[in-house]
Amino acid sequence: MIDVAEHSAVAATPTAWDRVKLARHSERPHFLDYLEALTTDWVELHGDRAFGDDRALIGGLATFDGQTVMVLGHQKGNDTKENIARNFGMARPEGYRKAERLMRHAEKFGFPLITFIDTPGAEPGIGSEERGQGTAIAESLLTMADLGVPSVAVVIGEGGSGGALAIGVADRLLMLENTIYAVASPEACAAILWKDAGRAAEAAETMRITAADLAAFGIIDEVVPEASPAHERPKDAIQGTGAALARHLRELTAEFPPHDAGAIERLRAARYERFRRIGAWREAEPTTRHSDEGGISAPRNGRSGEPRESAQRSG
Amino acid sequence: MRRFFGFRSAPAFAIPPDVASDDVPPSCPRCGVSLVEDARYERYRVCSACGAHLAIGSRRRIAALVDEGSFRETDAKLFSADPLSFTDDAPYRLRLDEQRRVTGQADALITGTAGLHGHKIVLAALDFAFMGGSMGLVVGEKLVRAAELARERRIPLLSIVASGGARMQEGMYSLLQMAKTAAAIQRLHAAGVPYVSVLTHPTTGGVFASFASLGDVIVAEPGALIGFAGPRVVEHFLGRPLPPGSHSAEFLLEHGMIDAIVPRAELPATLGTLLRHYTRSDARHDGPGYELREPAAIGHD
Ligand SMILES: [Zn+2]
Repeated sequence: MIDVAEHSAVAATPTAWDRVKLARHSERPHFLDYLEALTTDWVELHGDRAFGDDRALIGGLATFDGQTVMVLGHQKGNDTKENIARNFGMARPEGYRKAERLMRHAEKFGFPLITFIDTPGAEPGIGSEERGQGTAIAESLLTMADLGVPSVAVVIGEGGSGGALAIGVADRLLMLENTIYAVASPEACAAILWKDAGRAAEAAETMRITAADLAAFGIIDEVVPEASPAHERPKDAIQGTGAALARHLRELTAEFPPHDAGAIERLRAARYERFRRIGAWREAEPTTRHSDEGGISAPRNGRSGEPRESAQRSG
Repeated sequence: MRRFFGFRSAPAFAIPPDVASDDVPPSCPRCGVSLVEDARYERYRVCSACGAHLAIGSRRRIAALVDEGSFRETDAKLFSADPLSFTDDAPYRLRLDEQRRVTGQADALITGTAGLHGHKIVLAALDFAFMGGSMGLVVGEKLVRAAELARERRIPLLSIVASGGARMQEGMYSLLQMAKTAAAIQRLHAAGVPYVSVLTHPTTGGVFASFASLGDVIVAEPGALIGFAGPRVVEHFLGRPLPPGSHSAEFLLEHGMIDAIVPRAELPATLGTLLRHYTRSDARHDGPGYELREPAAIGHD
């Protein structure tokens, strides 16, 4: 766990590794803390209708900002016992299949979808392989990408790889200031890149996994500020998150009313375009470096700018 | 080098030597029998003696699969712009240059159109030799363009994958290709255009957990290592060795995750028969509807 004194010393400019430690802090508010504070009328809906009920990825109906929404989230425990029950927030295939079932349920009844991302990653066990972890995640991605209701996702802790993305293919993506979202954990990256998991802090920096990094790439829509780290001032973090979620959801439901078929087709098209644009490529040989810059695609609408690289290249 | 690919327009590169072709091992790494002058090895990179499916470069794979001379490559000049300006021990940009030089390819995925037993298809083949077949933004973009082409032209999409998963050096751009490719496959599904996914050794991580698992039909090569988490990751997680075969094509078939296991040499014929069901124009309803065959002729494989 993070050393608070050490953290205070670096609080002015936390490093990426500081953010990793903050994102994983055991006292950081977890999904159910947000749910309890921000919603009413919660009805949890259990089970994938095929194998089991995953306690690491839960969902149900709730009232948020005056309307019924479907809520999904990874749930970590607050202590060792609860963490074991919650599998440390690592969902199994039945979790992703439940999530997909609840997404379809939301679509059927026109409930907007809110997801809370906080997982080290999908569980890598043998049982998960047997029951099709890869397939379950892929199908959740596919369903969420085409969902006929507005969706907002927020990273409240760790955004760990495909297990996070499986409930993250949303119309808006928010991150709290001290959270991370990465293709693999810094430890795994360090092990892959340098065969040394001990260089995780270095990997955290190199991989560009903080909310600020991803906002600069145009990959996320908003950073929810944490004036103090969320575990120190949980109410502030939850309140700020609730306000941001409500604002984005109001914008989306105003532009794409859930029961207007034409609007929903536009919503699907806009979401497809949102993910379709993610990339930064050149359509020419890399050797001619001045004349071929036209092919660079800005990450999203060019809003947050070109990939950093393009400036260097054209220089 | 054989010119199987019959480019009409000028190819993006001189057709490169097949990665797997220049270092012919003298003997099969599994059974030890000589591979010199093994015709099956020469064409399919499969050992005649024991049936081991060995590494095959994507160009050789395409040549061994599609109708001769029918492949037309698309988007051969798509290059990563290295959005993270990534450096580990060396700049990612230099690593890419090196991989391009060695493989003669711009990135890990080759896409194009081809004929397969006379059926028009859009083909996407991942090459493990290019950075472990990892999916970065170029792989994602090209797969999406292939899916969009298949949808526009209403011809089946065939993907053949061999991949260790995500391209670490492209960070979140890599991860998000999972969402991007899944979204494109969803559109293909919605349009009713068939998508066949072929999993080969090895298929793990983000490629397995996105487009490769979304085929209308999913087939795998015998003995291929396939899984969401690679065996080393799972062993680390469990703290003990894995039971044998827990990440194999056979394991996936047994657990209901894939439709069939098809040996490489039989793939063209099997896919040809399969595609006929989706593209047939010879349906007739003017006779008895079927021809009775002698029971003995029906048989079982
Ligand atoms: Zn052999």
